[in-house]
Amino acid sequence: MTDIQIHIRNKTYPAASSPSIADLKLSLNSNEFICLVGPSGCGKTTLLNIIAGLDDDYDGEILCRTGSLPVATLPTSMDGGSADDCLEQSRPPSLAVVGQQHTHPKIGYIFQNPRLLPWRTVRENIELALDDNQSSEVIDALLEVMQLTPAQHIYPERLSLGMSRRVAIIRAFAIDPEVLLMDEPFVSLDAPTARQVRELLLNLWQQRPHTVLFVTHDLREAIALADRLIFLSSAPMQVVSEIVVPIARSERNNELAIESFRQQLLKNHPEIKQLL
Amino acid sequence: MVIWQGLAVYLNSNTLPTPEAVALVFWHGCLSGQLPFHLGVTLLRLVVSFAIAMLLGCAIGIVLGRNKKLDAFFDNWLVIFLNIPALVTIILCYVWFGLVESAAILAVVINKLPNVIVTIREGTRTLDQDLLDMARCYHFGRRKTLVHVIWPQLHPFVMGATRSGLALIWKIILVVELLGRSNGMGYQLHLFFQLFDVAGILAYTIAFVAVIQLIELLILKPLDKKALRWRR
Repeated sequence: MTDIQIHIRNKTYPAASSPSIADLKLSLNSNEFICLVGPSGCGKTTLLNIIAGLDDDYDGEILCRTGSLPVATLPTSMDGGSADDCLEQSRPPSLAVVGQQHTHPKIGYIFQNPRLLPWRTVRENIELALDDNQSSEVIDALLEVMQLTPAQHIYPERLSLGMSRRVAIIRAFAIDPEVLLMDEPFVSLDAPTARQVRELLLNLWQQRPHTVLFVTHDLREAIALADRLIFLSSAPMQVVSEIVVPIARSERNNELAIESFRQQLLKNHPEIKQLL
Repeated sequence: MVIWQGLAVYLNSNTLPTPEAVALVFWHGCLSGQLPFHLGVTLLRLVVSFAIAMLLGCAIGIVLGRNKKLDAFFDNWLVIFLNIPALVTIILCYVWFGLVESAAILAVVINKLPNVIVTIREGTRTLDQDLLDMARCYHFGRRKTLVHVIWPQLHPFVMGATRSGLALIWKIILVVELLGRSNGMGYQLHLFFQLFDVAGILAYTIAFVAVIQLIELLILKPLDKKALRWRR
């Protein structure tokens, strides 16, 4: 149970003249699978880094509600107390007392590159991400699902890219995240492998639901995965449109259903064509 | 060996003894316990000063590599210490702290430390930010990040600092012993020099080379092999 309200007023890189993100508002519901679609270089990775807490050099806030706990601010933001900050004012006063640590959701982040430690084996890479008191049985199960059990004691340099990506996915799932961020995790995989990993991902997600933010610029992939599509413009990044995907989960393997939804989508929303 | 033998016989001079003469001195030195004793004393000093210099150097190097402000502040000092002649620090240490063991060790450490710091700092600057971000995102914490993310990346730099460091310390430690200690290889060599005993000098040099080869073969090479086993 984790829903997130994101409001980024301004994110400008120090060397850049214009902002990468300006006045972006997103709200993610609990256990929702959301695909972010937008042109490359529009700032999607920047957004994920901000949500993951890797980048706190921005103006805005990310509010996170986990379970029954009240809202708390996620990562600290730059000069959050500006005068035009209506969200700040509307927040109940009790918020200040809520510690950030307690409500900070557990985030699994699958980066664009697998980012495995080359000097640790597959299994060690996954184990390192776990908490010290977490049982490693979960790894065995995930390795089995991802068909990596025979490769668990191998060093990542000997793995194919597809296998490395699957390891990265296991690592993210193994920590049992409340929020899962995925940054084009299937890019540069061949179609059958991508399809296979996609299905595995959906299986895992259905077994243990959590909020997912999935970045892609493949519209078919997005339709096959998402509950809701969010289309983003190029820099400064803003929401162009939000579309709920009504296709039933059991129909997501049906290429025809996905293709017909895609055609219809492009016809009804001409503004998203230029974003693909 | 043949050239050495031929040359020694041809010159028939005190300044170049034959290999047999050197071997004989070496053997007598070993039997009397003199050579192992002085070699041992020097080795002990080497181990202690090397350990201190590496530990401090790695810690400071990582901190400077990760912190731009501190680095900018200490950069000049580092260059100065890097370039102060070894002899100056040795003499100053003896003058200020007396002709004692700790002064000798301190002199060696001061000479070696900037070297380690600079090497490790360069290594820290090249750390992979992607992996550090990953570690942060997955809440590795300080200890795990250091052991599993940072240290393996610094390994080549640490080995570089170790090898160049051992070579440097050997050289400095002999001067330190020559100037202010009454035992160790440096002291012995000084004695041989005064007695004009070239055979003695060569015998000790051979012992020296043997020890260095052993360190490389028994300690450094296996370490390299273990740390790099993940490479294809």
